[in-house]
Amino acid sequence: MTITAPPEFEQVVARYEPVIGLETHVELGTNTKMFCGCPTEFGAEPNTQVCPVCLGLPGSLPVANKAAIEATIRIGLALNCSIASWCRFARKNYFYPDMPKDYQISQYDEPLCVDGYLDVEVEGQTVRVGIERVHLEEDTGKTLHLGGATGRIHGATESLVDYNRAGIPLVEIVTKPVAGTGALAPEVARAYVTELRDIIRSLGVSDVRMEQGSLRCDVNTSLNRPGDDWGTRTETKNVNSLRSVERAVRSEMLRQASVLDAGGTITQETRHFQEDTGDTRSGRSKEEATDYRYFPDPDLVPLAPDPAWVEELKAAMPEPPRVHRERLREQWGISELDMQSVINAGAVELIEATVAAGASPDAARKWWLGELARRANETGAELAEVGATPAHVAELQRLVDEGKLTDKLARTVLEGVVAGEGSPAEVVAARGLEVVSDTGALTAAVDEAIAANPDVAQKVRDGKVAAAGALVGAVMKATRGQADAKTVRELILSRLGAV
Amino acid sequence: MAAISREEVAHLARLARLAVNETELDTFAGQLDVILQAVARVGEVAAADIPPTSHSVPLTNILRDDVVKPGLTRDEALSGAPDAADGRFRVPRILDEEA
Amino acid sequence: MSDVTRATAAELGRMIGAGEVSAEEVTRAHLDRIAAVDGQVHAFLHVDAEGAIAAARAVDSARARGEKLGPLAGVPIAIKDVIATKGVPTTCASKILEGWRPPYDATIMERINAAGMVMLGKTNMDEFAMGSSTEYSAYGPTRNPWDLGRIPGGSGGGSAAAVAAYEAPLAIGTDTGGSIRQPGAVTGTVGSKPTYGGTSRYGLVAFSSSLDTPGPVTRTVLDAALLHEVIGGHDPRDSTSIPAPLPAIVEAARLGATGDLSGVRIGLVREFAGEGAEPGVAAAVREAIEALVKLGAEVVEVSCPHFEYALPAYYLIAPSEASSNLARFDAVRYGLRVGDDGQHSLEEVMSLTREAGFGPEVKRRIMLGTYALSSGYYEAYYGQAQKVRTLITNDFKAAFEQVDVLVSPTTPFVAFPFGSRTSDPYQMYLADLYTIPTNLYGGPAISVPAGLSEGLPVGLQIMAPTMADDRMYRVAAALETVIPPLTPPALSGSNS
Ligand SMILES: [Mg+2]
Ligand SMILES: [Zn+2]
Repeated sequence: MTITAPPEFEQVVARYEPVIGLETHVELGTNTKMFCGCPTEFGAEPNTQVCPVCLGLPGSLPVANKAAIEATIRIGLALNCSIASWCRFARKNYFYPDMPKDYQISQYDEPLCVDGYLDVEVEGQTVRVGIERVHLEEDTGKTLHLGGATGRIHGATESLVDYNRAGIPLVEIVTKPVAGTGALAPEVARAYVTELRDIIRSLGVSDVRMEQGSLRCDVNTSLNRPGDDWGTRTETKNVNSLRSVERAVRSEMLRQASVLDAGGTITQETRHFQEDTGDTRSGRSKEEATDYRYFPDPDLVPLAPDPAWVEELKAAMPEPPRVHRERLREQWGISELDMQSVINAGAVELIEATVAAGASPDAARKWWLGELARRANETGAELAEVGATPAHVAELQRLVDEGKLTDKLARTVLEGVVAGEGSPAEVVAARGLEVVSDTGALTAAVDEAIAANPDVAQKVRDGKVAAAGALVGAVMKATRGQADAKTVRELILSRLGAV
Repeated sequence: MAAISREEVAHLARLARLAVNETELDTFAGQLDVILQAVARVGEVAAADIPPTSHSVPLTNILRDDVVKPGLTRDEALSGAPDAADGRFRVPRILDEEA
Repeated sequence: MSDVTRATAAELGRMIGAGEVSAEEVTRAHLDRIAAVDGQVHAFLHVDAEGAIAAARAVDSARARGEKLGPLAGVPIAIKDVIATKGVPTTCASKILEGWRPPYDATIMERINAAGMVMLGKTNMDEFAMGSSTEYSAYGPTRNPWDLGRIPGGSGGGSAAAVAAYEAPLAIGTDTGGSIRQPGAVTGTVGSKPTYGGTSRYGLVAFSSSLDTPGPVTRTVLDAALLHEVIGGHDPRDSTSIPAPLPAIVEAARLGATGDLSGVRIGLVREFAGEGAEPGVAAAVREAIEALVKLGAEVVEVSCPHFEYALPAYYLIAPSEASSNLARFDAVRYGLRVGDDGQHSLEEVMSLTREAGFGPEVKRRIMLGTYALSSGYYEAYYGQAQKVRTLITNDFKAAFEQVDVLVSPTTPFVAFPFGSRTSDPYQMYLADLYTIPTNLYGGPAISVPAGLSEGLPVGLQIMAPTMADDRMYRVAAALETVIPPLTPPALSGSNS
């Protein structure tokens, strides 16, 4: 079988219908692990956040973390799921060195939350993504592979295991198959993960940072010809950013189409997304069917969430991000189109926080979508990581409003803030950037300019007010831009008796 | 008829990570067969409408508050390790060479 | 001073508290006894003489400071090697854990230490508590003090033999299918299995999580109740621990010791009558029951029609859970590692290690459990066994509507000679015929000496409803007033 060159995406969706599915793992931001009292902080020295339970020492026993159960129920509620009235943890048995007990405590046929949905917006269309289940399990440890070329497991001669992450509560959210999205499939996948991330962030149950691995995504993709049954799906793992979610679906659609076009068949397999090339690669080829021998974990007792407890949690749910965004849009008085660019820039919460810190919605939007978005773009950073905080931006704007900074100066100050020189006030002080508002000094500069440009001054005196611009320029030059142009102009006009 | 074949026993040994030898395989196949035929009797009485019992004590919702408790020091954690390096547990290569 | 190794734990506790003897003297006497006889009995896998003396001295100085001591402070105890003891080797009698020193204590060890009790060492057992004769220890069998050519029962043969041979007045055992009661019966000691969840499993190396129960091994019923009170009660580290106070077991033992059982209804399980107990065992048990009737008890025959399925259900549930519980012995974090020579992958090292580190019975059960849980067989085996568990529980509940306790022989036979049952695993499993139903139900049960058959001890098993452990102690203590503790023949090389 020869694989033909990748066909163009448009041609693919003309011939095939994609079906996608997503499995998302979210590490909860609880204080302690799922079944023991070990802390969960990111980045500790290896094997310093462990105890007999999460190391799987003989004799140790798990006790479930109430906060993790609560967080999972809240995620389930936010995704419109039914909450099970009775469910159990099961053991998923397989040997792997990053799993201390050589079984993972997970939920199998009795998940905590089932049968929900999440509506996402793509190109003005609302797509309903069905949620199959939301369940709770424990994370594994972290393995360092040595002796290989790139730290990968392939070719490694030995590995080192750190169990700090082992046992961190992990929520798995599985969608139902999403069909009928056609060419939008890659964007739907991305929009779904984005919306899911926003929801989980709004619940405050996880910091959902893909780059730290607290939100991880597996993407299922299949193609079928119109009218045919759904095709064989592949599962792409290792998809670690929102952009990658979209790319993974797109590239897998292209790859499968070229196989099918050549008369080949799709193998049900695990594939790995390649961040550098943007395509997917087959996992281990000689993978044998694993028998996980699930059974209810006899060390744990069933969970039977009290309906009153669930109601209490439901009553305390924050506004869904979609509703919240619509409310913000109205408050900010902007169009849906403008709001969309705020959302696309990932600036909703930043602007909201900036407004909360005292800036006007317009000013907040101006800074985040303008200067700061440009900076983020240049450095490839997330907007939230660009170096300025909502508090910084609000302070900056206040300085402008108080006339202590001009717009131009403010941009310079922001540069300093982004460079880590401190708050706007600190940058102003350190760099000596404050507007020259000392009227004495400014009057002197104005008088100097008038003296140096008698012709221009005369024109102004004669009523040609527009000519004052040249004088303003001269004053600004003399004060190295640190004066407020408007004030300068007023001063000139009053000195020349033109007002 | 045997309840379990020699091949099945070999598969179980693989699943259970036991490098059993040929002699053991034969012995286990014979013994497991006897035991399985005896224990298969559970199928005689348990009707579909009988609920399973997984715990003798009918407890539910045994939960722990989300409060950090002291754990082990790294030295304690690694004290039983067959091999350790850089504060971590060392293991031989995970994948087979040909993979 | 009389030989303190012959005293009961209750007496020792009183004497130490009263200053009639020091905890150190008591401890040294037991260490001397171990030195004298354990070469023959082999009850211990590890003796921690230094730790024991230090613990005893701590009790003596606490007393000297005028601190109030608990009833068992300063009393020595032997611990089955399946219980995690901080810094002290814990092997489960397996090669795979040889040399492992846990960095933590089991909950029951914390309670034993807090009570001022003195741990002498760790006792022998069938590897990972899988067996009924202690012949499956990787470190050689324990011998029955009544006849060194016979098994001491299992899996807790070491604990029972240590107590029977006066090496320790008290020991801890664990009971999954009878591993406290059955060794108790064949060594003439008292073996008490508390209600499941009434004693914490935290730090008990799991065999079958839904069945494992730690409990006392002693020479008297009162001692068992006293030890039970020390180790029992709710433990928040064990999700299956019952969050309720223990019943008044010590009072119940004292009440029983008055020898009055009037108003107590005792049930005989009809289905056990036909099941092959040896004639001598059946006779001794019959006499013990007649003795209970003389004390005022009323005997009623009850039917438990599903008990005959207990053994098959047990040999599906226990191995299934064990196959998963024992997966963690994988040569990564602790224990043995074999084949790490640069030639083998981790998977091969795991398989070679487990092959070399586990004995035949453990492997057999791992394979059986792996089979019973595998897809396609789960429903027919594990699923059905769980349903049988429901039926057996219903049998118990129905029986306990008619009677206060159930009684039966503890084992169908007296201690058998070494090697007589190892060739046929299923024959060995029959040793637990009478003890297993209780484990599936979760209720408490105790084995008390019921006399001798052919010169070897016979045990009477008394079973009670869950969380009614007090009932079995009352009846057991009453029987003790008629059949006093048994004394084995003197061991050679010792003066008794
Ligand atoms: Mg999962
Ligand atoms: Zn932990």
